Amino acid sequence: MSVLAYGTAGWLFLVGLYGIVSSRNLIGMVICLSIVQSSTYVLLLSIGYRRGAAAPIFADIPPGSRAVDPIVQALTLTDVVVEATVVALLLALAVQAHKRFGTLDPNELTPLRG
Amino acid sequence: MHALIPLPVVVALLGAAFLAAANKLLPRWATDTVGLACALAVLVLCVLLVIDASHLTVYWFGGFRPRGGVAVGISFSVDRIGAGMATLAAVMVSAALLYSVRYFDEVGSLFGALMLVFLAAMVGFCLTGDLFDLFVFFELMSVAAYALTAYKIEEAGPLQGAINFAITNSVGSFAMLTGIALLYGRTGALNMAQIGSALAGHPADGLVKVALLLIMGGLLVKAAIVPLHFWLADAHAVAPVPVCVLFSGVMVELALYGLARVYWSVLAAPMAAHTDGLRVTLIALGVLSTLVGAVMCVAQRHIKRLLAFSTISHTGMFLIGLGLLTRAGLAASGEYVLEHALLKGALFMAAGILLHRFGTVDEHELRGRGKSGDPGLRVAAAVFVLGGLGLAALPPLGVFFGKSALEGALTHTPGYGWVPAVLVLGSALTAGTILRVSGRVFAGWGERTPRHHELLSVVSERPETLSPHDRTPAVMIAAPVLLLIGGLLVGVVSGLRAGIAAAAARMADHAGYVAAVFGAPAGGVRSPHAPVVTLDFLLAAATVIGALAVAGFALIQASSWRVPARVGRTLTASMVSLRRLHSGCVNDYIAWLVAGLAAIGAALALT
Amino acid sequence: MSERIRIRLFLAGGAGLAALLAWGLAGLPAFGEFNGACALLINHVVVAQRHATDAVTAVNFDYRALDTLGEEFILFTSVVGLAVLLREQRSERERPPARASEEHRFQGSSYALRALTLMLVGPLVVLALYVDSHGALTPGGGFQGGVLGAAGLLLVFLGGGYLTMRRLSPHALVELAEASGAAGYGLIGFGGLVFAGVFFKNFLGLGTPGELISAGTIPLSSMAVGLEVTGAFVLLWSEFLDQALIVRHR
Repeated sequence: MSVLAYGTAGWLFLVGLYGIVSSRNLIGMVICLSIVQSSTYVLLLSIGYRRGAAAPIFADIPPGSRAVDPIVQALTLTDVVVEATVVALLLALAVQAHKRFGTLDPNELTPLRG
Repeated sequence: MHALIPLPVVVALLGAAFLAAANKLLPRWATDTVGLACALAVLVLCVLLVIDASHLTVYWFGGFRPRGGVAVGISFSVDRIGAGMATLAAVMVSAALLYSVRYFDEVGSLFGALMLVFLAAMVGFCLTGDLFDLFVFFELMSVAAYALTAYKIEEAGPLQGAINFAITNSVGSFAMLTGIALLYGRTGALNMAQIGSALAGHPADGLVKVALLLIMGGLLVKAAIVPLHFWLADAHAVAPVPVCVLFSGVMVELALYGLARVYWSVLAAPMAAHTDGLRVTLIALGVLSTLVGAVMCVAQRHIKRLLAFSTISHTGMFLIGLGLLTRAGLAASGEYVLEHALLKGALFMAAGILLHRFGTVDEHELRGRGKSGDPGLRVAAAVFVLGGLGLAALPPLGVFFGKSALEGALTHTPGYGWVPAVLVLGSALTAGTILRVSGRVFAGWGERTPRHHELLSVVSERPETLSPHDRTPAVMIAAPVLLLIGGLLVGVVSGLRAGIAAAAARMADHAGYVAAVFGAPAGGVRSPHAPVVTLDFLLAAATVIGALAVAGFALIQASSWRVPARVGRTLTASMVSLRRLHSGCVNDYIAWLVAGLAAIGAALALT
Repeated sequence: MSERIRIRLFLAGGAGLAALLAWGLAGLPAFGEFNGACALLINHVVVAQRHATDAVTAVNFDYRALDTLGEEFILFTSVVGLAVLLREQRSERERPPARASEEHRFQGSSYALRALTLMLVGPLVVLALYVDSHGALTPGGGFQGGVLGAAGLLLVFLGGGYLTMRRLSPHALVELAEASGAAGYGLIGFGGLVFAGVFFKNFLGLGTPGELISAGTIPLSSMAVGLEVTGAFVLLWSEFLDQALIVRHR
C-alpha cells in the first residue's frame, strides 16, 4: 500500500517532467507543470494519513480521538494557491505570445540563444 | 528590540498593498516616494536587527513557544548572517527603486508594489527558522520575479526569458517541496532546529540524502549553478535593468544562503559522516560553474547577458566557499557576496545608462559611442572600469578581501589547494570581458566589425525609460555611484571581516542553534581567523594582469596576434558547441535539470 | 539539441532520478503509520487551546498564520503580475463591452442553461458565505469559500453573458475587496501584536467550541481571506475574459 501511495507521487513527478521536456505547446507545458505540482499534494497527504483515523474535525467526535494529520492538509492548501499563481502567470505569457506572435510553441520565440 | 523582528516583512508587505491600491489614485511622484520610504524603513529595521543579533534571537509567531522540544508555531530565528543578508537585500532594493524613478510609465505604481513584495519575501527568507515558511517566502520571491522579468511584453525576448525562468524555477521549487515533505515524514516537524535535533542521532540514510538532494536541487536552480543555470542569462537579457540589479545582486546569492542555512541548521549532524563526499560534489559544481560562466561571458556581445554569465561564474565561486563546509569557507563567501553584490548592481545600472541613451546594449553597436562628455556617460565609464577592476580584486578594492579569505580557506583545507587557480582564471576572464567592453564602448578601441561567427542574434532592446534620451537623469547617476563606492570600499571597513567571521562561526554551530531556538543559552564559538597573506596579493595581481591581458587580446588588432591554426580551430569549435547548448529552448533546460539532479544524487549516494 | 538527444538525456537522467526517489521514498514511515509529534500535539490541544473544532483551519489561521500571510501575498502578486502582463498596449484597443456581449454566444446556449445557472448562483454564494464563516467549525475556511464565491460569478457569466458579469463585478470594487482582504488579514496579525504582544497571537475571546462566534480571530481571518480570494480569482478571470472578448488589435 505504501508503494502505491508514494509510488503515485513519484510517478506523477517524473511523468510531468517528461511531459514538459517533450511538449511543443505552451499550454501543454503548463498542464504538465501542474501535474508535477500535484505529485507534491499526493505525497504530502499520503504522509499524513493514519489508518483508521477520522478527519481532524472535532465537531462530532470527541477531542483527542484518533485523527489524521492536519498540518499536511494546511501545507497542501498553501501549495494549491502557489500553483494557481504560477499557472496564471504562465498562461498570461501564453496569451501574449499567441496574440502578438501567433504561436504557442515556446521555441519559436527564440531570439535568446548562445 | 525583540518586537522589531516581524516588522521588516510586514512593513514591506503593507507598503506593497498600499502601492497597488493607490495605483490610479496618487500621482507618480507620491507612489515613488512611498515605495522608496518603505524600502529605506525596511533597511533601517534590518540594520537594527543586525546590531541586536549577536546571539541568535528567536521570535515565535502567535506566541506558540515550543513545549518539550516540539515546536508547533513558526519562528523567525535571526542571527547575524541572516539579518545581514536581509540588510543587503534592502540596500539593493532601495538602490533599484531610486534608480527606477524614471521607469515604467505604463504600469504606474505596480512596479513598486512588486519590488516591495520581492523585498518582503527576501527578508522573510533570510530570517525564518521554519522549513516550510522558507519555501513559502522562496515561492513569493519567485512569483514576484516572474512578473518583473516579463515587463516588456511587447517583445518576444522577454516572453521567452520569463517562460524559461518560470518553468525551470517552478520545477526546482517542487523538487524542494518534495524534499521538505520527506523530512516532515521522517521527523514530524517543520521547524529547522527541531528537524535537526530529531535527525541528529542517526546517520544519514536514503531518505535524508534524497531530501538533501531535492532541497539542494531547488536552491541550486535558483542559484544558477551549472547545469541548472540556463535560465539566468535568458532572464537577465530581457528583464528591465533595476530588476537585473536585484537578480544578480541578491536573489541568486540568497539561494546559496538558503543552502547554507539548510545544511548547517538541519542536516549537518546526520551528514557528518559524508562531509568529504558532499564537499567534493559541491566544490566540483562550483568549479564547473566558475569555468562555464567565465567562458560564456567572454563570448557574449549583449552587455546584460555578459554580466549575467559573470554572475554565474561568481556564484560558482561562492558555492566553492560554501562547499568547503567549514566556518572559514562560510565567512569568506559571506564577505565575497557582499562586495560582489554592490559592484554588480552598479555595473548593471551603468549598462542601463547606455540603454537609456542609445537604445541598445550591444557591445559592437555601441563601439565608441560612449566617448562623449556627458556626465551620465562619464559615470558609466567610471563604473565599468572601476567595477571591472574591483571584480578583478585589485587590492585593496572590491572583492579583494573576500577573495583572499576564500583563497585562505581553500589553501588551509587539504586537497583543495589548486582551486585558487580556478578562481583566478574565472575572475580574470570575467573582469577582462568587462574591461574589454569599457575599452570598446567608451574609448572606441577594437576592430570595427566582430571577427567570429556569432550564434547570438542581437536582441534588439527598446529603451526602457520614458524621458528624452539625450540626457541621463540624476537618479540614474546617483544610484550606481553609491553602489560603486560601497562595493569598492566595503571590504576595507574595519571590523567587517571579523564580524562576518564571528557571525559565520555562530551560523555553523549546529548544536548551539538548536539549543538557542529551544531556549537554552548558547555557548561561545571560535571564529575562523583569516589574515591577508602575500599569496593573496600575488593571486590578485595575477587576476588583474590576466584581466588586462584578456581585454587587450580582444581589443588590439587581430593581425598582431599569432595563434596556431589548430588551437584556434579547436577553441572556436568548442566555444560554438558550448554556446549551442544554451539554446533558449526550455525543453532542453528541463532535460539538463533532470540529468543534473540525477548526477548530483548519484554523487551523494555513492560517497 | 535535437529532439532525440534531448529525450535520451532526459530518459537517462529520469531513470537515475526515479531510482533516487524510490530510495528516498522507501525511508518514509509506512502508509497509515504516521505519528508526527507536532500533528499529534495539535490534534490533542486544538479544541482546548483555541476552541476551534476544525484543526486544519486552526493550523492555517492560527498556528501557522505566517505561512497564510505569505500565501495571501502570493495570490496578491499574481493579480498585480497579471495586471502588468496583460496591460493594454499601444497597439491595442478595447471594444465596448456591449458589442462583445452581443457577439459572444455559446454554441447551444439555451434557455435551459441560463435558467439552471442562474438558479444555482444564489445557493452557491450562500454556500460560499457559509464555508467562509464556519471555517473554524467544519471543513472549509477562507480559501475554499473564496473560490466558491468566485465560481458563483463565473456562473453568472455562463448564464447571463459577459455584460451582466461586468455589471455585477465592477473592477474598482473588486480590487478594493481584494486589497482590503489582504490588508485585513495583515491587520489581524498586527492586532495580535498590539493587543497581545506577539504578531498573529489570537487576541479575541475564545467563546464556546461549536458556536459560530468562537475560536477568537480565526473566523475573522477566514472571512478576510475569503474576501481576498474571491476578489483575486474574479480579477484573474476578468483579465483573461477581457483578453478573449474585448481586446483587439488596433
